[in-house]
Amino acid sequence: MSAVPGETLPVAARPASAFGPRQRAILLDPVLLNNPIGVQVLGICSALAVTTSVAKALVMSAGVILVTMLSNLAVSLVRNHTPSSIRIIVQLSIIATLVIVFDQVLKATLYELSLELSVFVGLIITNCIVLGRAEGFAMSNPPWESALDGLGNGLGYSVVLVLVGILRELLGAGKVLGFTILPQVKDGGWYEPNGLMLLAPSALFIIGLLVWALRTWKPQLQEKS
Amino acid sequence: MEHYINLGLRSAFLENMALAYFLGMCSFLACAKKVETAIGLGVAVVFVQVLTVPLNNLLLNYLLAEGALAWVHPSLATADLSFLSFILFIATIAAATQVVEMAVERYAPELYNSLGVFLPLIAVNCVILGGSLFMQERSYNFTESVVFGIGSGGGFAIAIIALGAIRQKLEYSNVPAGLRGLGITFITTGLMSMAFMVFSGIQL
Repeated sequence: MSAVPGETLPVAARPASAFGPRQRAILLDPVLLNNPIGVQVLGICSALAVTTSVAKALVMSAGVILVTMLSNLAVSLVRNHTPSSIRIIVQLSIIATLVIVFDQVLKATLYELSLELSVFVGLIITNCIVLGRAEGFAMSNPPWESALDGLGNGLGYSVVLVLVGILRELLGAGKVLGFTILPQVKDGGWYEPNGLMLLAPSALFIIGLLVWALRTWKPQLQEKS
Repeated sequence: MEHYINLGLRSAFLENMALAYFLGMCSFLACAKKVETAIGLGVAVVFVQVLTVPLNNLLLNYLLAEGALAWVHPSLATADLSFLSFILFIATIAAATQVVEMAVERYAPELYNSLGVFLPLIAVNCVILGGSLFMQERSYNFTESVVFGIGSGGGFAIAIIALGAIRQKLEYSNVPAGLRGLGITFITTGLMSMAFMVFSGIQL
């Protein structure tokens, strides 16, 4: 496991700068180098379950980005007034409130998709990325940087989620976002869809292979066993 | 009676929390390095699941569901607070885990020592919250929610113990460097998940 971001980042040259090198590193590190799914192993549950289509993956990503960013911001704003003995409860109530808001908005605007996502929107509450970043970063950093960190980790999560979603929908149904890319045999095309891609195990295989690719490219992430 | 047996079997095998819905994956991947730790986590999950799903079921039916507050005052008969379920469920789970932890420490210190750090960690395990949310979505009654708690917790325990045993054997295998640890665990879990799909052929 690599170091927590924030420890290795360059110190801000001028505190007045709202978006210096340190802020940029906070935002961009988790997208690739310190990816929450591929490297920190956080938030796997939902990454696997909602990726059968790109649309589901996009909605889920939007939810996680919003909740991570806003909860990091809120937790950071109250961090100096939170006794450490009850901090988990405080963080959980902030997160649960945000998730309820997102769930209600989703039900009001995209009702069909919200039915397909079923319990997984509610499960953003226990998504380890959200609580992990609130506890690991927002409790000890100022609000602006915490919000950037939340945004970065949400984006890193989304990159993997959308990538897996594209692969599964393309290979499983020959489509991306509902548009036909590979015409299926049953519609007069040539592509015989791989039904396994729409079933649960394929997500595990794809993420396993992604982790393998990432670690071959960045050998310092490999585990000693 | 048959209905309850079917529900129990379905929630344990066909709709296995870990292998079909990927709930609790974080602890699933992190804790299943040895059979002993896997058993500890499995037992703790069954314990908390059996407690919280029926408890949340009661709270949902007597506090949050539409018209549930009619027993307080007739004018509240139209109140529907079910949108608050997330926050109530997570609070119940956190409190229940805390109570269970204190009770186990007081009355069964041996079990407490063997469960170790897993008991408090369970409060943020998606299996537990997922169990309660599935209970709400499928509107189980009280007895069904007890059976579902046992079945889904038991299914998770079986899956994590099996993975623990496989990983113990994997220690001696020559895995390519980039695939070691996390990567091979994902692929193993994928194969287990495929194996569990065999159960979907059973007519219940």
